[in-house]
Parts: sequence; structure tokens; C-alpha cells
Amino acid sequence: MTDTTFHNDIQRDDHDHHDYDGDTLLGFWIYILSDCILFASLFATYAVLSSSFAGGLTPKDLFDLKLVLGETALLLFSSFTFGLVMLGVQRKCIKTVYIWLAVTAVLGVAFLGIELYEFFHFSHLGAGPTSSAYWSAFYALVGTHGLHVFAGLLWMAVLVFHFLRDGLSQTNIVRLSCLSLFWHFLDVIWICVFSVVYLMGVM
Amino acid sequence: MANNATIITDPDPIFGRLTLDSIPYHDPIILTTFLVAVMVGVGVVGAILYYGKLKYLWDEWLTSVDHKKIGIMYIIAAFIMLIRGFSDALLMRTQQVMAVSEVEGLGYLPPEHYDQIFTAHGVIMIFFVAMPLIVGLMNIVVPLQIGARDVAFPFLNSLSFWLFVVGTLLINASLYIGEFASTGWLAYPPLSGLEYSPWVGVDYWLWALQISGIGTLLSGVNFFVTIIRMRAPGMTLMKMPVFTWTSLCANVLIILAFPILTVTITLLTLDRYIGTHFFTNDFGGNQMMYVNLIWAWGHPEVYILILPAFGVFSEVTATFSRKRLFGYTSLVWATACIMFLSFIVWLHHFFTMGAGANVNAFFGIATMVISIPTGVKIFNWLFTMYKGRVVYDSPMWWTVAFLLVFTIGGMTGVMLAIPAANFVLHNSLFLVAHFHNVIIGGALFGYFAGLTYWFPKATGFKLDETLGKWACALWTVGFFFAFMPLYALGFMGMTRRLSYYDNPAWNTWLLIAGAGALIILSAICVQLYQIFASIRDRKQNRDVTGDPWNARTLEWMTASPPPFYNFAVLPTVHDRDEFHYQKENGLAYQIPERYKKIHMPKNTWAGIVIAGFSLIMGFAMVWHIWWMAIVGAVGMLVSYIVYTFERNKDYFVPVETVEKIENKRYERMQKQTNKDAFDNDEITAMPA
Repeated sequence: MTDTTFHNDIQRDDHDHHDYDGDTLLGFWIYILSDCILFASLFATYAVLSSSFAGGLTPKDLFDLKLVLGETALLLFSSFTFGLVMLGVQRKCIKTVYIWLAVTAVLGVAFLGIELYEFFHFSHLGAGPTSSAYWSAFYALVGTHGLHVFAGLLWMAVLVFHFLRDGLSQTNIVRLSCLSLFWHFLDVIWICVFSVVYLMGVM
Repeated sequence: MANNATIITDPDPIFGRLTLDSIPYHDPIILTTFLVAVMVGVGVVGAILYYGKLKYLWDEWLTSVDHKKIGIMYIIAAFIMLIRGFSDALLMRTQQVMAVSEVEGLGYLPPEHYDQIFTAHGVIMIFFVAMPLIVGLMNIVVPLQIGARDVAFPFLNSLSFWLFVVGTLLINASLYIGEFASTGWLAYPPLSGLEYSPWVGVDYWLWALQISGIGTLLSGVNFFVTIIRMRAPGMTLMKMPVFTWTSLCANVLIILAFPILTVTITLLTLDRYIGTHFFTNDFGGNQMMYVNLIWAWGHPEVYILILPAFGVFSEVTATFSRKRLFGYTSLVWATACIMFLSFIVWLHHFFTMGAGANVNAFFGIATMVISIPTGVKIFNWLFTMYKGRVVYDSPMWWTVAFLLVFTIGGMTGVMLAIPAANFVLHNSLFLVAHFHNVIIGGALFGYFAGLTYWFPKATGFKLDETLGKWACALWTVGFFFAFMPLYALGFMGMTRRLSYYDNPAWNTWLLIAGAGALIILSAICVQLYQIFASIRDRKQNRDVTGDPWNARTLEWMTASPPPFYNFAVLPTVHDRDEFHYQKENGLAYQIPERYKKIHMPKNTWAGIVIAGFSLIMGFAMVWHIWWMAIVGAVGMLVSYIVYTFERNKDYFVPVETVEKIENKRYERMQKQTNKDAFDNDEITAMPA
């Protein structure tokens, strides 16, 4: 090997320069891709069962679009506030991060609260997950999204403890970036849920 | 119900549906297996404690994040499960030899037991033998082939492995506590629904697959990122070794297909646990949707199994033909085509469902189209051998056996792809013969070729060559005896999964198939003896240079077994067959002027602990022990969160350590060279 290539070897061999954060972010993108497939399967299931009411209640009987619009606004706005969290990270201002993370969490909790209210309300009126194949698919799809939101909230809570301990360390920033991806992704999925389940449901 | 156990519909708050009756102690076959398993288990644990190896085991293996060790553990687990899956096969073959008619006898297995056996056989062979063999090989080989020091996410790799182990534990627990599913390996509803499978068999199936499936998905993400981001400098995509290429495609398939399995299993779980109506007969449920969903995962799954095997054959053929692989680019494109096409053929698994002539025609043609890129590959290997100096070492034996067996299986596959023919052959033993023909002759022979080929890399010594050739010969002959009769039986109208029949004309063919199974048994015994004998004679078979086969790719550049950091100095890649290029140009085995400290991940308890909690959760869910399921789920979550708070997940290996390890290797090699020179002198000094 010539001297120059050997010299290059040493430079490159310095493993400190390997971009581990890049690995994590790519890995998380790929995870989100697989999560897309998971939701795609649930959407397909919902589509197949979209008229299997077994003579029971239909979405037209129950859906209250105003409520869902409120839900949607909460979630979309929480995506915006998460953007503000990331701006706080860029400015290295942990206070901004805490404040907007808290606002995001409150919006997320409110979203989940309305969703749960809706679930109990429908069940109470006789459209629970066991009422017909349609309602099974409805609860599975919307519920899986809700479960994701819940996971995101839990993640936020854990991250706060990470921040309290290590501040805005590089690892914590990567964690927050992944959560940010996750949160925006849930927004995109919700827009599909809103269109396919709620809008098409009352059409 | 199976084993005369009472089905508790109203679960006890403490024990759920679990009672003493759940243990099938009145069945002599199961009781004997149970006693043997307990004795072996107690023996192994006793030996570990007696020799004081528990700490060693924990520190060096159970908590290891070293991809090579994880790979070895996958393969050991796969072999144990192969023995279990093969025992099931022998039970079925003997049953079908004996169960001729009501007059002459119904065999020795009651139908509900027989049904569990064929279900377990399928599930074990696909999920717990083929998958771990291929993931194990990928673990050992891929990071070495791309010149990396580990996978992208070492902790996730450990977690994936332990989740897979939990799957195997659950499926083995079902043998002794309760029952296993008697539905066939894909558990079609409504048979797998609560109405027709009220006890725990299907639940074991659900949780074993759900937990190990999530492990597989994590592996897929992990290896995808590893291959995309951790290649040695200079290794462009089109300079990647073919095994890495096929692994990459297999991992893409895992990422895209396994979430569908997760959803399908979850929906069936909801049907069985909370009474939803996805797949039920009433309230609008749709069983055909299940069949579509499960095969939308299932068909890519068979390519997850076979593509890496194609990669193995490519490496083996090039190495043992002493030639560059013929048509590298076409082979890579063929792999990518298969990866894509594997998603648009799933309906050929149920042409008879009644999707209509046009739909069937589309899927029939798409299926036949897959044989084109596959054919391309066959010619790649043949032309690599053509005019090469082919060395018939045992990996090459497996490859030639594969070319022969797999081609036949591929052609019967094209026959099945014709919808009209499929209406006749569907659900018959012809189908059973076909998929064993491609899975054994294609995937399994590939794994065996790969195991033989990379065994010295993982352990530092070769497997016994003579015994390896015997194993290959016996497997091949045994395969033809065991499965060719099933094609004939399929034409004679024998359907699959029969616990007894009433047609004496079938019996002769089943006898031949039974004899074939015994030949395969002898092949497996030879393989086990081969492992034993090779460990015994490891000094003679030592691989000192790290390159026992005169091979071509990066993994052979480092020592055998490789140091835990794989490469002291990361290689720079100039050529597709980089190591061959180095050897040709006198660049191989050069001692670098200086070393640098190496950044490595530390072992972690988290993988095995999280998986341990998932075992608790899975078992509790099977038996409806809700409090315990909550303990398991919360335990998983909390232990993962605790893990994220850990510091010191990595460290630097000091230069002195690297130097010491590397110098030892060069000393060993020097000694060997001296010894060889001495031996040669002796020979030339002898009088003619």
C-alpha cells in the first residue's frame, strides 16, 4: 500500500468520526416505514369491513364531525408546538423545550381524552368493538393510532427525566428528534384516519 | 377436547385457565418426552453449576452484543429446534405408514394429537429453524463481509435474539402444559377462532409468533441500517459481496412484510380475547381477509428464507470455482426483481378461493414471471462453474445438490402456478412435495452450505470434510425417497394432513416416503456426529490463516475466529472480490505500522431481561392470568426505560490490547509458515 492510502486509512479508521446519530435516525425512519405498513394493513382491514354492519349501527348514525374536527385541530396544533420544541433545541434553550413539550403533551392528552370519550360514548350507544365487524375494524384502526399517541406521551415523560439529568446532550437531542419524527408521523396517519374513517364514514 | 382437560371458561383470578389437568400426564408419548426434556435440562443446568460456568455463560454469551456470538447462539437454537421439528416429521411419517384403514389399523396417534404435530412441524421448521439459521448466518457473516465492527444497534440485536428464544420456549411449553394449535401452521379462521379452538393451542401459536416476529422485525431494521451505513470505505453498493446483497433484500422484505404479520396476529388475538368480529362467521367477519393478510406476509416470507441462501451459493460457487462470480450485476438485479415480485403473488396460495378468472390469471402469470430471475441465477452459478477449476469440498457438494433438487422444485412450482392445474393439485400432497422440494433443496441446503463454509470463520476450525459429504449425500438421497412419492400421491388424490386414510394403493408410496425420512434421520445423525468429531479433532482442522478455502471476500481477511473487534484496521475496498484482489497484488496479511484504539459496545443485561418479561407476559396471556400479564408487560417497559438511563454503554479498546491480539495472530501464522517450509524440506530431502 502506498503511503498516502495508509495515511488515509488512519484518518478514516478513527471510529469517533463514525456518525452514530445518523445510524439511529436512519434506523428510526425505517421503523416508521414499517409502522406505515402496519397502519396500511389496518386501513386495508377497515376498507374490507367498511360496510359489514351486520344490521347494526352505522357510522352515519353516530359520527359527530364537529367533535372529530376539534380532535384533529388539537393533534395538528400539537405537531406545530413540537416544531417549536425543536426550535428550542436549535437555540439550545432548555426552557423553551420544556414549555413547548408540556404544551404538546397537554394537547396530546386532550386528543386522547376526546378519543376515549368518543369510544365510551359509541360503546354506550351500542357500537362497541364486538358489535359488528365494522366496529371491530374501527376500534382497531383508531385505537392503534391512539395507542401510538399514548406511547408518544409516555416517551415525552421519560425524555423529561433524561433532560433533567443530562440537559441537551447530543444523545438526548437525537432522542427528541426521533420522537419529533414519530409525532409528525402520527399526524399524517391521523389525517388519513380523519379522511378515510370519519369523512368517508358520513358520506 | 384434547387430553380430556376441562376448559375453564371463567378464569381463576390467580391461575387463569391453568389447572393441574392442563398437564397431559396421561399421554405416554408426551410424558416420556417431558421426562427426557427434564432430565436433559437438569443435566445441562447441573453441569453448568457444577463446573461453575454460570458467570462465564452470563458474561460471555447471554449478555453479549457481539454479532458473532449472537449468530452462534441462533444456530445452536435452530439445531435444537430442528431435532424437535424433525421428530414431528418422523411421527407423521410413521403414522401415515401405519394408518392404512379402519380394518388394518388407525396408527398410534389420535387425530387431535396428529393435528398438533403437523401444525407444530410447520411452525417450528419455518419460524424456529429456517429463520434462526438464516438470521444466525447473517449475524456471523454480514458485518465481517462489509468490514464493520458490529451491527448498527448491538443491543437491539441481543434483544431480537432473546425475543426469538422466548418464541421457542413458548412453543416448547405448549408440549407439556396445555396443547398446541391443531389448525395447520397458518391457523386459518374460523378453525382457529374461539368457537372451534376454544382451548390454549392457538393462543400459544399467537404469542410465540407475535413475540418472535417482533424480534425479527427489529433484526430487519438493524441489518438494513448496518448494510446501508457501515460498509468499509470504497465498498459501493455494486461492490458488495452477493451474500450481503441478498441479505439486504431479505431485510427489506422483513421490514415490509412482518408488520402485516403483526397486524394479522393481533386481529386474531382480538377475536379470541375480547370477541371482536374480524374473522368470525357471524357479525360480518371475513375469513378470506385473514387468508389474504397472512399470505401478504407469508409469500415474502418464503423469499426471506431463500434469498440469503442464494447469496450463500453465490459465494460458495465463486470461491470453489476459483473464479469471479459470473454475471454479478444480473444476479443482483435478479435478486431485486424477486424482492419486488414477491409482493404481488400472494394470491397463488388460494386460487380456489374464488377471486375470479382475471385475478387468478394475473397472479398465475406474476408467479411464473418469478421463475425468470430465478432461472437467471441458476445460469449465473452454472456459468461460474463452467471452465472454472471446481474444487469439490463439502460446501460445493451442497451447492450441486441444490442445483439438482431446487430446479425440480421450481418446475413443480410453475405447474402449481397454473390456476387450472392448481384447482386439481391444491391442498394435495403434490403441494407438500413442492414446498419441501424448494425449502429443503433450496433454503436448507443453502444454510448447510453456508454453515460448512463459514464454520471455520466462526470457530477457528473446519468441519470434518468426509462426514460433511456423507451428510450431503444422505440428505439428497433421503430427500428424493421422502418427497418424490408425495408428488405421485398428490396425483393419486391424497390430500395433505390426513391422520388416516382408506386407500391401500397409497400405502406403498407412503412406505417409501417413510424410508426416505429414515435416510434423512441418518443424515442428521451424521451431521451431529460431524459437529462432535470436528470439535474433538479441532487441532488437526485448525484454520491458522483465517482463509481456509482460499476465498475472495473481506470476512476471510481477519483471523478465525475473528477478534471481538473484527478488524484491527478497517479495510479500504478496491474490488468486488477485495480479499482476492489483495492476495493477487501482494497486499494481504500486511502488518500495519500502527494501531488505534477501537470503539466498541459493552455487553448488556437488557436484552435477556426484557425478553424474560415478555415470556412472562406471553405465558400469562395464553392462560388468561391477567395479573401476571400486567407484570410482564410493565416489566418489559420499565426494564427498557431503565436501560435508556444507563451510562457507559460503550468503551475504547486500548491500543496495547489490539496490538497484543494482532501480534499473536501474526506469530501463529509465522509459526505455521515455518512448519510448512520445514515439512516441505523434509519431503524434498527424501531420496527419490
